[in-house]
Amino acid sequence: MFAYLVKRAFQAIAVMFVISVVSFAIQDNLGDPLRELVGQSVSEEVREQLREELGLNDSFITQYLRFAWKALHGDLGTSYFFKEPALTVIFKKLPATLELVFGATVIIIGLSVPLGVYTAIKPNGLFSRIVMGLSIVGISVPVFLTAIAMIYLFSVELQWLPSFGRGDVVPIFGHWDTNFLTVDGWQHILLPSIALASIMLPLFVRLIRAEMMETLQSEYVKYATAKGVRPMRIYFVHALKNTLLPVITVGGVQIGTMVAYTILTETVFQWPGMGFMFLEAVNRVDTPLIVAYLIVVGFIFVVTNTIVDLIYGLVNPTINIARMGA
Amino acid sequence: MALLSVKDLTVKFAMREQSVTALDGISFDLAKGERLGIVGESGAGKSITGFSLMKLISKPGFIDRGQIQFDGRDIAKMDEPALRDIRGNHMAMIFQDPMVTLNPVLTIGEQMVETLRAHRKLSLEEAEQIAIVKLREVYIPSPEERLRQYPHELSGGMRQRIIIAIALLLEPKLIIADEPTTALDVTIQADIMDLMLELCQTNKVSLILITHDLGVVNQMTERTLVMYAGRIIESGRTREIINDPQHPYTQGLINALPQQTLPGQPLKQIPGSMPSLTNIPTGCAFHPRCAYATSRCKTEIPRTLRFGAVEVACHEVERLKAGQGKAGTGQPAANGNASANGDTSAYDEASTYDEASANGSGS
Amino acid sequence: MTTQTNPQARGSSFWQSNFVYSFRKSPIAIISMIVFLLIALSAFFAPLLAPVDPYNQALFDIMDSELPPVWETYGDPRFIFGTDPQGRDMLSAILYGTRLSLLIGICAVAVQAFLGISIGLIAGYVGGRLDSLLMRMADIQLSFSTLMVAIIFLAVSQAIFGSDTFNKYAIVMLIVVIGVAEWPQYARTVRACVLAEKKKEYVDSARVLGFGPLRIMVRHILPNALSPIFVISTVQVANAIISEASLSFLGLGMPPSQPSLGLLISSGFDYIFSGSWWITTIPGIVLVVLVLVINLLGDWMRDVLNPRLYKGDK
Repeated sequence: MFAYLVKRAFQAIAVMFVISVVSFAIQDNLGDPLRELVGQSVSEEVREQLREELGLNDSFITQYLRFAWKALHGDLGTSYFFKEPALTVIFKKLPATLELVFGATVIIIGLSVPLGVYTAIKPNGLFSRIVMGLSIVGISVPVFLTAIAMIYLFSVELQWLPSFGRGDVVPIFGHWDTNFLTVDGWQHILLPSIALASIMLPLFVRLIRAEMMETLQSEYVKYATAKGVRPMRIYFVHALKNTLLPVITVGGVQIGTMVAYTILTETVFQWPGMGFMFLEAVNRVDTPLIVAYLIVVGFIFVVTNTIVDLIYGLVNPTINIARMGA
Repeated sequence: MALLSVKDLTVKFAMREQSVTALDGISFDLAKGERLGIVGESGAGKSITGFSLMKLISKPGFIDRGQIQFDGRDIAKMDEPALRDIRGNHMAMIFQDPMVTLNPVLTIGEQMVETLRAHRKLSLEEAEQIAIVKLREVYIPSPEERLRQYPHELSGGMRQRIIIAIALLLEPKLIIADEPTTALDVTIQADIMDLMLELCQTNKVSLILITHDLGVVNQMTERTLVMYAGRIIESGRTREIINDPQHPYTQGLINALPQQTLPGQPLKQIPGSMPSLTNIPTGCAFHPRCAYATSRCKTEIPRTLRFGAVEVACHEVERLKAGQGKAGTGQPAANGNASANGDTSAYDEASTYDEASANGSGS
Repeated sequence: MTTQTNPQARGSSFWQSNFVYSFRKSPIAIISMIVFLLIALSAFFAPLLAPVDPYNQALFDIMDSELPPVWETYGDPRFIFGTDPQGRDMLSAILYGTRLSLLIGICAVAVQAFLGISIGLIAGYVGGRLDSLLMRMADIQLSFSTLMVAIIFLAVSQAIFGSDTFNKYAIVMLIVVIGVAEWPQYARTVRACVLAEKKKEYVDSARVLGFGPLRIMVRHILPNALSPIFVISTVQVANAIISEASLSFLGLGMPPSQPSLGLLISSGFDYIFSGSWWITTIPGIVLVVLVLVINLLGDWMRDVLNPRLYKGDK
């Protein structure tokens, strides 16, 4: 167990190192920190002196080490636009994005498991055919198009739900404002969550169905039937448990994809989260904010993947975590 | 009254264009406490017979016609809830490969308890107590610990013992064992067979043993069915079939046993191979591989006729027996059988199962 | 890439005949193929079919802006699918946009396939530490979604190079970034095939006969990996088209002067509240239909070829 944890931690650190080097290289090449600091009306000598003071003439490695040292202490620079530490800006935006991802995840898990299981059990039923037909349409519609279609239908035509923003939010602790405590908040988060879920849901339904159908063909399911075990227990204990193992692995990868899709969803719905902020930062060439976003998102990826790997190891009895370190 | 009476059982598989016949009019009886062997090469329909007795044939397969009278009820006509009451309860099955039979993500305990609780109202503790008793019966050391273990923590032989224990959990009337030792190490095979024989005898359970190993059949069973291409071609008391096989195919099977061959000599294999279901020869399905085949064998399906203690479906045997007038067991069936008889005695000497088989058929 | 059949590729003519047979038996596959060919051909011949050149701004008339399609009340027969706010003919823009989307999608997948197949062959054939290193990289690469990597890469290069330079090389950048980000899909499957084939005797005999590793891999192992590669490629083209559309929608792809389908949808989005639905809807429908038929063909192919695709299981 310990060896496995060390190995996973080592890999996570290696990935974070690569991300930090990439981020630093971006910072090094993007924009001119001097101009942001003093503007353009300063003489060349003063500039050179400032350069020296700021350590901009040091070698790449020295500068990187300084950057990494600061980053480890939570200092990722100050946003040019917000005039605030970049991390603070991101942490203000983080709850909006996480709540959106959470909403989408609830929709995905809540629907994909029953639909996947049902279509696997009754592959030729009318409902299954409809679900499978819709699922292939679902994976063929880009997230932003789903979002636009929903805005057009529910906001423009029917005028049932708002088309942009977070609406009324309630602070729960620190910077964390939540959508889930007001009716208006629920109304605002509904469409973006569905839009974000729309691309993953069909993928998961199809994945669960395929795995479930394979599992239902297995000897141990046939054996359970031969023991006289009830079908519901066979489906949900014998088959589903085995089905979910590969789904967990794929699901972990998809969390990363979901963070990417928040950029699209947030753009369409002008959702004030990290993704929307990132695109704005890019347009404003707000380098510290771009870099901070990269590092925070990279960190989220690494952490979720490590957690998913650990969960997989814990859920699957045939993997002996204690021996995996070898 | 027979415990199990199968009449004209026909199983088909629905394929793209037409359906394929996997079992063609199988009929046999099984008495209470009797042990029956079903032998044949792979593809003969042995396993399908075993599974259809529980109405457990996988998807494109279906029972086309026939009856499976078990304990006075026809399984072929039962719906799923009724079948669920029979399966694992009155009729249990031991699968071929213990490595894939147990569910990898459930503990041994869960898989035993669920079987008990599927059929009886028992508390978890009561069910576990029964499970522990049964695990002891199959000589599993420290059964309490085993209940908490997952299948992958146990060896193949241990897993098959557990599967035997699960089969015995509800004291069924009949156990169907589908090649229960093929997937195991040779050294463990005899142990498992001895265990099954012992348990069947002490618990007075009927056994249907599906195997390709005539030695095992000889050791374990009182009666034997020989199957070829979805039909029973010979059936009778195991001793008669081993010592005096009538059907050329059965003779070939016995001649092909390694014990029948002198060291250094090649094994006497039956030429050719089992036809696939989509391409079963006309007439007697065995005729392309048969040394005695006549033109009649190519066109006419042989009837199953009783000659003394055995029933055989073969034109050649029918012709010979008719010529002799009355059937007799010890009588060699002309040319081919003289050598078969001599070899059989050689088999008896080589066989370590002989005593067991003598005991078995005595009951 | 070699498409010639190899005597070692067992039953290759068999799968071809079975392939054709099940194609004729599947109405969905036939319809999808017809629709795909229609879209692909009209995209290919866009310069001939389009009423005007949508890239030549001099041809637009602001007086023609935001005209609805012909079947609507104020439709203009010159513009079948209406016009955008600049007075650009939507039909021409859609034809050219589809052309760009398909071009980028197919080229990006070609890059993916080349990288992934090469890496997969090497990893599987060489094995050992190189194999585990490459597969570890594949895992990590996959855990970062393509779209994420592409967004960041394109956003940063846009910021560094400025939008003029960026716009000039937008096509190449899109192809490269979508191509590079998705190589593990191929690499894993090809590696699994190599590992399965490597155990078989004919590879040993080829080695004994003195064939070099490259020849063994390309002539003997690769043909056996063709059907999974085929299935993956179909799905990947669909995904690449969606990725390109998404990136262009965010303004990180094709420039407004050369709009792809994603950018057309994006430019129409601003007008959706004012009722000019067609600017977004029609390119949106084309995009969805294009991706859908490719996915349907991919699904059908997966059913027919039934390849063993790499799964997340360890």
